[in-house]
Amino acid sequence: MTVIFGVFLLTLLVITAVAIVRTQNLFVAVMLLGIFSLLIAANFFIIDAADVALTEAAVGAGISTVLFLGALALTYEHERVVTKHRALSVAVVVCATLVVLYATFDKPTFGDPNAPVHQHVAPWYLENEPKFIDIPNVVTAILGSFRGYDTLGEVFVVFTAGIGVLFLLSARPGTGGARRPDNSKSSGIGLQHDLIPRIVGRSLIPFILLFGLYVQFHGEYGPGGGFQAGALIAAAFILYALVEGEQRTLEVLPKNALIALTSAGALLYGGVGLAGILLGSEFLDYSVLATNPVTGQQMGIILIEAGVGMTVTGVLLLIFHAFAARDQV
Amino acid sequence: MDPGLLRIILDTISWILLTAGGFFVLVGGIGALRMPNLYTRMHAASVTDTMGAVLVLGGVMVQAGLSLATIKLAAILMFLLITSPTSSYALAHAALLAGIKPDAGSAADREVHE
Repeated sequence: MTVIFGVFLLTLLVITAVAIVRTQNLFVAVMLLGIFSLLIAANFFIIDAADVALTEAAVGAGISTVLFLGALALTYEHERVVTKHRALSVAVVVCATLVVLYATFDKPTFGDPNAPVHQHVAPWYLENEPKFIDIPNVVTAILGSFRGYDTLGEVFVVFTAGIGVLFLLSARPGTGGARRPDNSKSSGIGLQHDLIPRIVGRSLIPFILLFGLYVQFHGEYGPGGGFQAGALIAAAFILYALVEGEQRTLEVLPKNALIALTSAGALLYGGVGLAGILLGSEFLDYSVLATNPVTGQQMGIILIEAGVGMTVTGVLLLIFHAFAARDQV
Repeated sequence: MDPGLLRIILDTISWILLTAGGFFVLVGGIGALRMPNLYTRMHAASVTDTMGAVLVLGGVMVQAGLSLATIKLAAILMFLLITSPTSSYALAHAALLAGIKPDAGSAADREVHE
């Protein structure tokens, strides 16, 4: 049954991907990208990767669609058609496809228990996780503790990306670039003239925030964690910005507070790591944070997940505001 | 009542609900493809959001019985019943503001595109 659903979803995925490449209307492409993310999230879900599915649905289908639309508002709706070097790019794509297809012959079959991925470190994690960390969601244990360095790296990648986008978009627009003329009249108003979406949007925001906090702090027990929660909380504020206008959102959560939140999250993660050294163990070893090593591990995971959530929320909202404020620069 | 018989009755009810829901989703999909202009297409697609979602989720709820899953499904249903009419409304309103006329057949959409 899983195989049938998987083949169905992957077929739809290929159709969507081809449609994204073929369409020249960027607005349509953005909508199709949202569908693409939702399909891949459903696919992750049927192969039991609930944590990844949640991340993909929240970030891919949710936030990035909004960010793409924000970017589209600053530029033109249609793609500029490029006809040069067509044959070369087709040849490169065909070669790459053939190589990938050839590589799939060596892959283990779907669900094969003897596949290398199930034989390497995964059995060790599953066997020893109850002894060292003892939380129900092994994914969170691996992400937060066993592979804490990787997650630290991811947080700093998000942090750096946020800084990069801010640098690019905070520059004053020059006179030479191709900018869409006269769309400044629509900015900063929100939906204040539009009663129904405004009321419904406003009444949904508390529930989205609550769900975000649930995903943040329930990550030890079920699917979830800092990345997903950060995206959800950022989505609540973006919804507020859409219905009430960007200016009022900045009054609730000013830009300086967002920058502080972003840095504080990354610092919290690094600080928990350094605390491990100061208490006499190694970087990102949480066992020494409490007298009982297992409690220490759990404390460490909760703290670094909070750091991840803060940084992701901050960066996503900073990028959103950078796009939204671009008109007024 | 005999638990086996009850199970069969519940399965039949949920089967009817799921099939009917699937039918409405299919009708919504065909309508979204075949209707002449934006507003009629939206009208067809909104069948998926309302009748389709209610019937499919109802069928799944009957399958789940009295459990936490049913409460979660009911919450999802509430959420869908509030948000999808709102998004349909927002879309129609935006289309109206963009100047697409509701009563001009398929010509109205083309006018705006060109």
